[in-house]
Amino acid sequence: MTGASSSPGAQELVSLTVDGTTVQVPKGELLIKAAQEHGTYIPRFCWHERMKPVGMCRMCLVEIEGVRGLPPACTTPVTDGMVVTTVSDSVKAAQDGVLELLLVNHPLDCPVCDRGGECPLQDTTLAFGPGESRFTEEKRHWEKPIPISDLVLLDRERCIQCARCTRFADEIAGDPLITFNERGGHTEIATFPGDPFASYFSGNTVQICPVGALTAKPYRFKARPWDLSAVETSCTTCAMQCRGALESSSNRLVRLLGVDSDAVNHGWLCDKGRFGYEAIHHEDRVRHPMVRRNGEWVECSWPEALDVAAEGLRNALAGGGASGIAVLGGARGTNEDAYVWARFAKGVLRTDNVDAQLGDGLPAEVALGLAHATISDLDTARAVVVLGTDLKEEIPVLALRVRRAATELGVPLIEMNATATGLAPDATATLRYVPGEQAELVSAFIAALDGSASGDPEIDAAAAALAGRDGDIVVVVGRGNLAERVDATVAALAPLAARGDTRFLVALRRGNIRGALDLGLAPGFLPGRVALDDGRDWYEEAWGAVPAARGLDALGILDAAANGTIDALVLLGVDPHADFPDRDLAHRGLVGAKFVIAVDAFLTDSTQGADVFLPVTAWGEQDGTVTNLEGRVQRVARKVSAEGTSMPDWRIAAELALRLREDFDLATDDEVLDEIARVAPAFASVDAALMRRARDGVVLPVHEHSDTLVLDRLSIPLTDASWEPIAPGQVDPEAEPAASTDTAATNPAGTDADTDASDEANEVVAVVERVPVPALHVWDGIGTTPTRPGRDAYALRLVSSRTLYDDGVMTSATPAFGVLVPVAELRVNPHDHDRVGVEDGASVRVTSARGQLDLPIRSDRGVPAGSAVVVWNAPDRPAGTLIDAAAVVTDVRVESIR
Amino acid sequence: MTFNPTNLAKAHEIVAQYPQPKSAILPLAHLAQDQDGWLKPEAMREIAALVNETPAEVLGTCSFYTMFKRTPCGKYVVSVCTNVTCLVLGGPEILEHLEDRYADDPDVYVEEVECLAACGNAPSMQVNYEFHEHLNPELAAAIVDDYKSGELIARGVSGGRQ
Amino acid sequence: MSETETSPVGETRLITARLRERPDDSWTIEGALASGAYNAFRQALTMDAEAIGKEQVAASGLRGRGGAGFPAATKWSFLPPDLAPRYLVVNADEGEPSTFKDRMLVERDPHQLVEGIAVAAYSIGCHQAFVYLRGEFALGNERLMQAIKDARAQGFLGQNIQGSGFDLEIVVHRGAGAYICGEETALLESLEGERGMPRIRPPFPAIAGLYAKPTVVNNVETLSTLPHIVTMGGEKYAELGVNKSTGTRIFSLSGHVKRPGNYEVELGITFRDLIFSPELGGGTPSGRPVKFFIPGGASSQWLTGSDEHLDAPLDMDYVQQTFGVMLGSGAVMVYDDTVNPALVAWRLAKFFAHESCGKCTPCREGSGWIEKVLYRISHGQGRPGDLDLLFSVGNSISPGVVNAPFTQTTICPLGPSAVSGVASLHKYFRDEVVEMCSGGRPSIPVTADAGAGA
Ligand SMILES: Cc1cc2nc3c(=O)[nH]c(=O)nc-3n(C[C@H](O)[C@H](O)[C@H](O)COP(=O)(O)O)c2cc1C
Ligand code: SF4
Ligand code: FES
Repeated sequence: MTGASSSPGAQELVSLTVDGTTVQVPKGELLIKAAQEHGTYIPRFCWHERMKPVGMCRMCLVEIEGVRGLPPACTTPVTDGMVVTTVSDSVKAAQDGVLELLLVNHPLDCPVCDRGGECPLQDTTLAFGPGESRFTEEKRHWEKPIPISDLVLLDRERCIQCARCTRFADEIAGDPLITFNERGGHTEIATFPGDPFASYFSGNTVQICPVGALTAKPYRFKARPWDLSAVETSCTTCAMQCRGALESSSNRLVRLLGVDSDAVNHGWLCDKGRFGYEAIHHEDRVRHPMVRRNGEWVECSWPEALDVAAEGLRNALAGGGASGIAVLGGARGTNEDAYVWARFAKGVLRTDNVDAQLGDGLPAEVALGLAHATISDLDTARAVVVLGTDLKEEIPVLALRVRRAATELGVPLIEMNATATGLAPDATATLRYVPGEQAELVSAFIAALDGSASGDPEIDAAAAALAGRDGDIVVVVGRGNLAERVDATVAALAPLAARGDTRFLVALRRGNIRGALDLGLAPGFLPGRVALDDGRDWYEEAWGAVPAARGLDALGILDAAANGTIDALVLLGVDPHADFPDRDLAHRGLVGAKFVIAVDAFLTDSTQGADVFLPVTAWGEQDGTVTNLEGRVQRVARKVSAEGTSMPDWRIAAELALRLREDFDLATDDEVLDEIARVAPAFASVDAALMRRARDGVVLPVHEHSDTLVLDRLSIPLTDASWEPIAPGQVDPEAEPAASTDTAATNPAGTDADTDASDEANEVVAVVERVPVPALHVWDGIGTTPTRPGRDAYALRLVSSRTLYDDGVMTSATPAFGVLVPVAELRVNPHDHDRVGVEDGASVRVTSARGQLDLPIRSDRGVPAGSAVVVWNAPDRPAGTLIDAAAVVTDVRVESIR
Repeated sequence: MTFNPTNLAKAHEIVAQYPQPKSAILPLAHLAQDQDGWLKPEAMREIAALVNETPAEVLGTCSFYTMFKRTPCGKYVVSVCTNVTCLVLGGPEILEHLEDRYADDPDVYVEEVECLAACGNAPSMQVNYEFHEHLNPELAAAIVDDYKSGELIARGVSGGRQ
Repeated sequence: MSETETSPVGETRLITARLRERPDDSWTIEGALASGAYNAFRQALTMDAEAIGKEQVAASGLRGRGGAGFPAATKWSFLPPDLAPRYLVVNADEGEPSTFKDRMLVERDPHQLVEGIAVAAYSIGCHQAFVYLRGEFALGNERLMQAIKDARAQGFLGQNIQGSGFDLEIVVHRGAGAYICGEETALLESLEGERGMPRIRPPFPAIAGLYAKPTVVNNVETLSTLPHIVTMGGEKYAELGVNKSTGTRIFSLSGHVKRPGNYEVELGITFRDLIFSPELGGGTPSGRPVKFFIPGGASSQWLTGSDEHLDAPLDMDYVQQTFGVMLGSGAVMVYDDTVNPALVAWRLAKFFAHESCGKCTPCREGSGWIEKVLYRISHGQGRPGDLDLLFSVGNSISPGVVNAPFTQTTICPLGPSAVSGVASLHKYFRDEVVEMCSGGRPSIPVTADAGAGA
């Protein structure tokens, strides 16, 4: 099952007879789906289970007792006692007819078509079709492939007018930029002249196109289906971690297809994730270790590089001691990487100066300690509040899930942001706040919710939208604006967290940030979501040592480094230059650190200046687990062998530990995960064996989510054609036939004797005998609104948020994205623009307390008066020069240049 | 801005007539075509803004309907019916005659159309959507010339004389 | 309303009375009022609204004049009680080839239509009506807009009409050249600003129509008849006509007849009457025999000049059950024996291929294929086996093509309509066509232009 229905079992069942066999199916389910879930595949082209049926292609015609003619199975809801025939002569005749007619204008260029070999039209014709076509007239002719976007090409001769792509763009993505043009036999897919199909989700149309009409530039002619092999994995481009089928051909990644996980991505991917794999093989990858010799990088052997790194760390310990050592990063890798690095940093180096974030996220206390919601909770929420983040830019597929909840399921959507976000068009209410003042807005909203009118009609309307609905309010919180200090967001969260009826999705962007924080890559925390002091005894037991006291976060570390008190700094796949809000401090910190170890796959502005470079394997080259933003542990898989001699992060940590006389005795990823399951409380019983069987992964802590656990990795293989929703487990070579669907493995106390998972759990119990398991961290909900400087009448308050594409390593290493990079400009409300008194696009001088730069100015109605926007990740990170990480907010003056 | 001030005011009235703005796409496209002689891309953009849809959606709708000309066509759209009544009473001959006669006339756009609902007096044609019936090739040509000379004037499609 | 004048196999004028009696001003408010316009509406306003539909219209047996012939009162009764808003949509998209009655009614008696709309709206409790008027009808548009304006000024539209407390607004919405928008769900899509593609049913318009609200769609002639039913009373109206085909209908007579035009006749007279009666068609101009005629608009299958066919009564159910043809839109096209039936079939196929909305594979691709093959046949390039090929392609669109009621693999009936010509050739002109396909030449010189895709 690809399971589109979010709450199966909830519906009333009716009996349906298909070709003689009677089955029980949910009342009102579409016949085509009900039949499919019980093993009868009715051919179809236009129907897609995640979209509304249109009954266009007429391929799914069946016979229904008592119904005249041949109704389409895709538009017919099942009624009790319905008797259906899908194989009679008249059905066969109709299918032959439709197929023959589809081929009337379809070119026979299969040999040169990307779809050739995995084409639904080809397959269906073989399976259900007539012999050969009797059409001898001239076929319809169109100019061969035309680009409809930077990523997608359209071959109109191959199009069979199923409207899957146009419906996706409109219904699912909310970007109706492609349409049917003309009529009847002349119908073609088209964009409006000059408006390309510029959607972050365009690649999905390629995947669901039932013919080769839509093809992806990156994949074109790269491979033929028959020499592809696939493995199921999770995309780690962002913290959504969409499920995907990763395909390679002769040891090169060539394609990522969305897998339809009901819990996570419903089969969709964003283009950044879908095409990001191109970076893996990029020529700029660092493939061998390097050390710096008189200023120059020179390649060297691993032992040599590791010795240099270990030496640097030993000297640091001998010098300033543990407090002089810091580790930044760790959100790029797997859970295994994060855990072993946490153990090395905190258990061996004994430093707590560890931070997976770069001052651009939320404090670990808050991120880990909020009452967590799952993504699927969005569908049944009383309301969804999106606070301080533009999900379409930061976590695109989460935006699709939120959009669906709002537009399909009628969940009120309250958008609270400093400027308009990509979800504004679908929002029930859009509430704006002055940067840094979100706490005031939230309090007013809560007051209105509790019956005392705020006086602001928009706020009251927003609150009114929740009237008569029950369930929890799901708050999706992010850190959109890097030009304001994080405590503005924390202060806004406090009153929400204090309520009993709120749950949170922490929308931090980095691929495995949730896993890194859960596994202790944050100051004051140890693996398994336990605070340093709560876990001290437990981990001294497990590791032998832990840091003496709470350490510094990224801001503190860079400050200290700038002041020369950091003797050794490890950059674990991070680029502070590009990502730390305060450009100037990042620079001074990196220069000030005495010894820098770069653990990365690319040379960046930040790693350029390091002393030793240890190249790591990338996504697609390494097995393991990751944790998405809802706390769901999922597997990532190795599909190609690592470039050069690069090593997984965790092995590097283990190697360095060895050189500091600590043997972790960890040989495989599975062994690491098993150790995590043993020692990290939040991961209790989440071991390799369980992960291999859990179809949709495991939400932590597992005993609280046992109901969502499906221990069954195989579902009915329909057709290998990727255009169909790909069921989880369908493409995984390791998938074992469905065993049980019992959820016995979910009791951390391990009272069930019969599953491997609980055996491991028993070992946890073994530890328990000596030291009690530390409790999982809960946030005390204390956040105070920082005092803000008054804003003088001429200043504008700066908003600097990310857009999906930037000039960062991953995107710039992916040719396909080139043109989609944002531009460096200052966007202000037309009213404020008038006050500056220069025309649109003119260059203006922007001055903050920290710095000054010149940018072109543009009017934007989405920006409220009094605020100003500079996209964070525009080339050269211009906003970074304006931001002082210590300042609560960033006010700028804007003057025309004379 | 493609709508002139008068038509822009009209456009807003038209949008207001409907429970949902998207309904106004067809009447607005008629208005734009009456004003400009054809349906310009800029006009479709402006219509999209007026009804709060994307230009692509406006294109999708408009391109479905044969009356909307998305390339410049002469001042005079001459629509000759050749459907099954006109077919046997001389429609095709009229079409042929006019096509030849105005082949190089940029002002006259001759098109073959489906039944105009004037079969009682077939063969028939329209010039800028004014009916002309009981025709023969010569008479048809004479009528087209009367439009060119300004003898005859069409009332326009979007309601009320333009 | 002027009492009805009848004559032996001549016209029976109800809805054409005013425009025949006052050829110079029937469309003006003065002319209309002078001939009793809006009396029926005034009377209706004094009656129990629901009763008008449930009793008068039901008793009249009035059936839709748009093509499907569905009983009007029954359609109204499908509206879910007290669900507002609800809409009345007037189908004035008349595009069925050789049908020209609605255009006449709109251009020459718009007030009768407005009155009919008012009566219907009052009866079903609707306060917003839309007239979907074919785009090409510029004159009709001008006159209908004027009529609505004048009716408003006279207090027959707007707020609290005639002090009855009943409100009604009418918006005229212009089509733009798409025959399929005559199909009621495509019409609703078009009215919503979409491409005119028919919807999947259910839900039916009465339940979820315009903007997903309860909606009644009725044809111009259907509505224009209502005032007369109100004045005559349903029972009296039902005395006209035959069997379940009650009342009068306007037939659009065209092609090879001496007196082509619109004739309002009592249902039940024969095709022979219609085509040959000196007061009606008056026979073929050439005096040559009728070779075949199309009885109900281009969508219908054909009938021949045989006595059996000519003597059939104008009775919707009879012709449907006996010959598998329909009275449809009431258009009758007559062809004498100089006509090449394959040429007519080709031109019809070309029409349907051009008008297919493209939603369903069989119609989109099949209609084009049929057109191409018929073009060859009718232009002297037929090949042996072509007719059987056509027939089997037809079967993919409309399984069991020849024996009505046919089924369809498509969403709407346009698909099957595109096969009517093929089916008729197959039924009545097999030998002639087969001969054309065996290197023979078409029986008359080809007059139509070459090439497809108007
Ligand atoms: C392809 C097609 C074209 C049609 N065209 C028209 C038309 O031009 N005018 C019309 O009144 N009905 C037309 N109809 C019938 C309408 O769908 C609908 O049945 C009718 O408008 C209902 O009104 P009535 O019940 O008063 O006849 C058409 C149907 C089809 C399938
Ligand atoms: S049958 Fe033809 S016209 Fe009717 S919906 Fe299908 S494609 Fe459109
Ligand atoms: S799948 Fe049912 S009509 Fe296309």
